[in-house]
Amino acid sequence: MSALIEVKDLRKYFKTPRGDLHAVDGVSFAIEKGRTLGVVGESGCGKSTLGRLTIHLLEATSGSIHFEGEDISQLNRADLKRYRQDMQMIFQDPFSSLDPRMSVSNLIAEPLKIYNKFKNPAELSEQVGKLMDTVGLARRLSDSYPHELDGGRRQRIGVARALSLNPKFIVCDEPVSALDVSIQAQILNLMQDLQQERNLTYLFITHNMAVVKHISDNILVMYMGKMVEYAPVKEIFKYRFHPYTKALLAAVPVPALGAKKGRRLLKGEISSPINPKPGCRFAKRCEYATEICSTTEPAFEKAREDYYVACHHVKAINGLV
Amino acid sequence: MNDNILEIKNLVVHYVTDTTTVHAVNGMTISLKKGESLGLVGETGAGKTTTALSIMQLIPDPPGKIVSGEIRYDGQDLVAMSPAEKRSIRGNKISMIFQDPMTALNPVLTVGDQIAEVVRLHQKISRAKASIKAQEMLELVGIPGERYAEYPHQFSGGMKQRVVIAIALACNPELLIADEPTTALDVTIQDQVLDLMEKLMRDRGTSLILITHDLGVVAEICQKAAIMYAGEIVEYGTLEHIYNNTKHPYTIGLFGSIPNLNEDVDRLQPITGLMPDPTDLPQGCVFAPRCPDASEKCRAAAVPVVEVEPGHFVKCVKYHG
Repeated sequence: MSALIEVKDLRKYFKTPRGDLHAVDGVSFAIEKGRTLGVVGESGCGKSTLGRLTIHLLEATSGSIHFEGEDISQLNRADLKRYRQDMQMIFQDPFSSLDPRMSVSNLIAEPLKIYNKFKNPAELSEQVGKLMDTVGLARRLSDSYPHELDGGRRQRIGVARALSLNPKFIVCDEPVSALDVSIQAQILNLMQDLQQERNLTYLFITHNMAVVKHISDNILVMYMGKMVEYAPVKEIFKYRFHPYTKALLAAVPVPALGAKKGRRLLKGEISSPINPKPGCRFAKRCEYATEICSTTEPAFEKAREDYYVACHHVKAINGLV
Repeated sequence: MNDNILEIKNLVVHYVTDTTTVHAVNGMTISLKKGESLGLVGETGAGKTTTALSIMQLIPDPPGKIVSGEIRYDGQDLVAMSPAEKRSIRGNKISMIFQDPMTALNPVLTVGDQIAEVVRLHQKISRAKASIKAQEMLELVGIPGERYAEYPHQFSGGMKQRVVIAIALACNPELLIADEPTTALDVTIQDQVLDLMEKLMRDRGTSLILITHDLGVVAEICQKAAIMYAGEIVEYGTLEHIYNNTKHPYTIGLFGSIPNLNEDVDRLQPITGLMPDPTDLPQGCVFAPRCPDASEKCRAAAVPVVEVEPGHFVKCVKYHG
């Protein structure tokens, strides 16, 4: 099976007065049709930037993006517009991502109008109604404004907008982080149902390990713009080869008694991604770090079938041969 | 007379505007022993923060009003106290950690001055001694004392939250109220902050009310938990009661909504529907409109609190009689 979207050695450096900020630094991945890649990491690790680069909302500094086999990283605005309808995005904050002056029906109709999908207003409003049914919004809300609705309903508008052009690929940037748990579960179930019905492909960005485990097929762990670990979801939770992944998963509080794992506190905090020092970016916080870690950057290497890790000591730490 | 440091009885708090009355807290009863830690869990709008502000006597009036009930700290009713008496307790005997470390600190004062301010307010000591005390507090929460003269923007999110904790603990309070102290932080930093709080509680015998929406955090550092819904406590007991002998349908729903890191679930079981409008609460049980087990009896009259086993209280018709 071939990949729907394939990203190779993607980099994005932002210019700042103090030097280049390495937001995304050499990320490669491929997602097959109908699958979900979960991207996890803490704030500032470059996961949102990666999402925006992938659908070309931001211009990459270097690297290539192939969508259905065609390189879209060099396309101009007009050519890109053809691809835009196949690639949509669901944004994190349902409170600021919707225009407060547009009604629900106008918000959902906007993408359809931009692409001139329906000449006839009656057909357009019927399509908007169908979309509202799909995402579970009552049609009586079509004349409401975002401020009248709660976070869960607003996020359903965001999902309806993303679906309106019948995309193949959706970048979901923390789509449930702003929602209460009971509402979060409703939206996650909706997104899973839609994926099955329409064979959608997701790039799912989140900092919530439990959510990403629930929804993803494969997981990519990022740290300061770098890929540190990539593997199928079941395996990464079982093996967690990279020291950062180990610490990250150990830090997640589990809502059950006796699950307490004896804290293995991760020391320190993320250092600055501006003009990063050579070597492994995690070295300063890593309990296994040796001299080589602060001089040479570890390669992103195969540790098992379909399993990649960037760590000099992965074999020694995990007792691999 | 007893060893309860805090007793709240039938607390009712309303926010009154010209046209509507928001029923934020409705008849809440709870008690806390010296040295105990209680997790107050609920979703947005459940009344958690209003409860905390009531204990601190910081409800903005107008529009907020403590309509009835008592809040006894060490046997004295806080509601009936004079403003001067309240001030001598607030920040001194009872103090609070606010949710957002980014906005809880004053950006134009150095962090040291902000800690010293609390000390000078409650203790008759010189400026010089207060600043020594402030440096000690910084060291206590793991920040080098030399950073005394730096401003909040020079600290990261996790460090700012440590400063906020230092301010709250500066006068060695007997009761600490922490309102979502780690919600704005990354998991590895959250782990560090929880570890710090747990250690400080243990060393100083401070009692804690931890407000959160995260059942995982409660499982890590609390002894008791109270589940709030629409201004009421629907279930209350030890962690053992709440996590391993869950009784109330809302609590069961909350657990079903969370994707669990240690278990594989194909589909989440969300609670259907939305939180009721606090200006127009349903008759009878507030959870009845969303409850899978609701019957006529639930909607008929107010629901009594039942002690299903010693120390485990549930507000549900199912367990009554």
